[in-house]
Amino acid sequence: MTAPCTPSELLAVVAARELKDDSTVFAGVGVPLLAAALAQQRHAPRLTIVIEGGIIGPQIKPGRLPISTNEMRAAHRAQMLPAITDIFLFAQRGFLDVGFMGGAQVDAHGNVNTSVLGDYARPRVRLPGSGGANDIASLCREVIIVTPHERRRFVERVDFVTSPGWLTGGHSRREAGLLFGGVRRVVTTLGLFGFDPESHRMRLEALHHAVSPEQVRDNTGFDVLMPADVATTEPPEREELELLRQLDPDRRFLG
Amino acid sequence: MGGPDIATPEFVTARQRLETKPKSAGDKLTSLDDAAARVRDGDTVAVGGCLFSRTPLAVVRELLRHRRRGLTLVRNLMCTEGELMMVAGAVERVMTSWMSIGLPWGVSRIMREHVEGGRVAFEEWSHLALGLRFRSAAMGVPFVPALTMLGSDLAGTTGLKTVVDPYTGATVAAIPALFPDVAVLHVHRADRFGNCQIDGYPHMDADIARAAAAVVVTTEELVPEEETRRHPDRTAIPGFLVDALVHVPFGSFPHECYGLYEADFDHFDAYVRSIQHAGSRAVEEYLDRYVYSPPSFADYLELFGGARLAQQCRLARELTSEGASTSEGASTAPSEASPRIEGAGKARARNA
Repeated sequence: MTAPCTPSELLAVVAARELKDDSTVFAGVGVPLLAAALAQQRHAPRLTIVIEGGIIGPQIKPGRLPISTNEMRAAHRAQMLPAITDIFLFAQRGFLDVGFMGGAQVDAHGNVNTSVLGDYARPRVRLPGSGGANDIASLCREVIIVTPHERRRFVERVDFVTSPGWLTGGHSRREAGLLFGGVRRVVTTLGLFGFDPESHRMRLEALHHAVSPEQVRDNTGFDVLMPADVATTEPPEREELELLRQLDPDRRFLG
Repeated sequence: MGGPDIATPEFVTARQRLETKPKSAGDKLTSLDDAAARVRDGDTVAVGGCLFSRTPLAVVRELLRHRRRGLTLVRNLMCTEGELMMVAGAVERVMTSWMSIGLPWGVSRIMREHVEGGRVAFEEWSHLALGLRFRSAAMGVPFVPALTMLGSDLAGTTGLKTVVDPYTGATVAAIPALFPDVAVLHVHRADRFGNCQIDGYPHMDADIARAAAAVVVTTEELVPEEETRRHPDRTAIPGFLVDALVHVPFGSFPHECYGLYEADFDHFDAYVRSIQHAGSRAVEEYLDRYVYSPPSFADYLELFGGARLAQQCRLARELTSEGASTSEGASTAPSEASPRIEGAGKARARNA
């Protein structure tokens, strides 16, 4: 059953489906947290949400969505509030399965930039910075990038690698000392992407309903690997959208 | 130690600094004015809490009133306190992981202006790396090994070095200890000897207090020594670490204090709107209105008004008392804001 939805709703629904039951997810506020909360309510009741401010197992109060990873709303009915440093040490030890993140720029090897546009020493645009994104990308078992698909966002090489993806491809991530993890998926408003296991370049896995490969080419600043046969993602179901909309009735993050 | 030609490593001088200072179990209560005077021009100041959570704004405000200059401000998520310090000219360098107010307010225009214009240096670490810089210092060692920040461009811009694990031969990051001159923290309750208890998020405060050469604390509630001794398991920072303690109810407002009052998002909305309209000029006017003009912190709180404070207390209770028994909820949250404002008045009387 296909129902009309906004780009943010589409992102949240498709991202939520990537989360498995009996796992842990490191989620940022906004669409990633909505996706995690949706997964928990729909198909993954034993999913543990972890938030970087130092929160384990919150139950997001519908209508009181957190604005930041470090405020009371994010900790609603949480199971534990560890110190921030310790929350990332859970990831370093290997307890956190999936890291959900966005970014101002994403490149062909899944590196993410949230630091600067232009030169680092004299930036054209100084962005807010890594926050926990570098740690999530370095330390989680796998990373899923969730972001709108825009040409200015998807560039051949990010201006600054805030959060390591596959670095320059091949074995470069491992050679840098990052002996585990990596970006598994990129969920965008056009489709679902993965990475070639050898070159670690971004590869189209599935297109959303009514999206063409040409639209992906036109909206991406690098050549995306395209398989001969491309699958189509299942459109959001009415029930998924209803649950999502209950979480964010003011549409603060759903647009 | 080595011979005269060998420089003493920083982790040793940082320890010597602590060894030579008195570590008293005595009374630490003092005024905001005196507490802020512990911070000198050019100091590296680590600010506790995180983003708009438990920010020691009463001390930050006092530092601005003292017209401090040349500070290095360290905080893993920086919020409005960083913007105020930039516009006031108090800070020449920030060390952080992230700086803005929160997602809905977009990228900080004030931060962009100051960093892109080269007026303030911006040193960016990851959360874990900055947290481990404090923890390494709290442990009294020169660095700790970690598996983060490797391969990224952050490693290059911070000068992060790697070491080879002497046991397995693997390459790991060596996160260097950071020893701030002063830690400035806001806590939920403390006794007059500076034993501090924190509800909700611990953030990095316990490590920051151990890492710094001097510790300045403001507290929402001043409790009898018996209260600390009844619940020593709740104490996050022992009194002998603390140099100055000030009783400041609402000491983080308009930022939040877990379980006591929610952040004032309407205030942030208005603040950001004024910046969009008038840029740094709007922050200068904000400094005049909220920092330089009101003579005391109680006068500052009066600009918000008792009704606003009471509302933010109610919102915090809704979020944190749900599921708790009625009696428990009543004993841990302030019943009304007005008695707490009277508390602020008392603090003013004591500080005067």
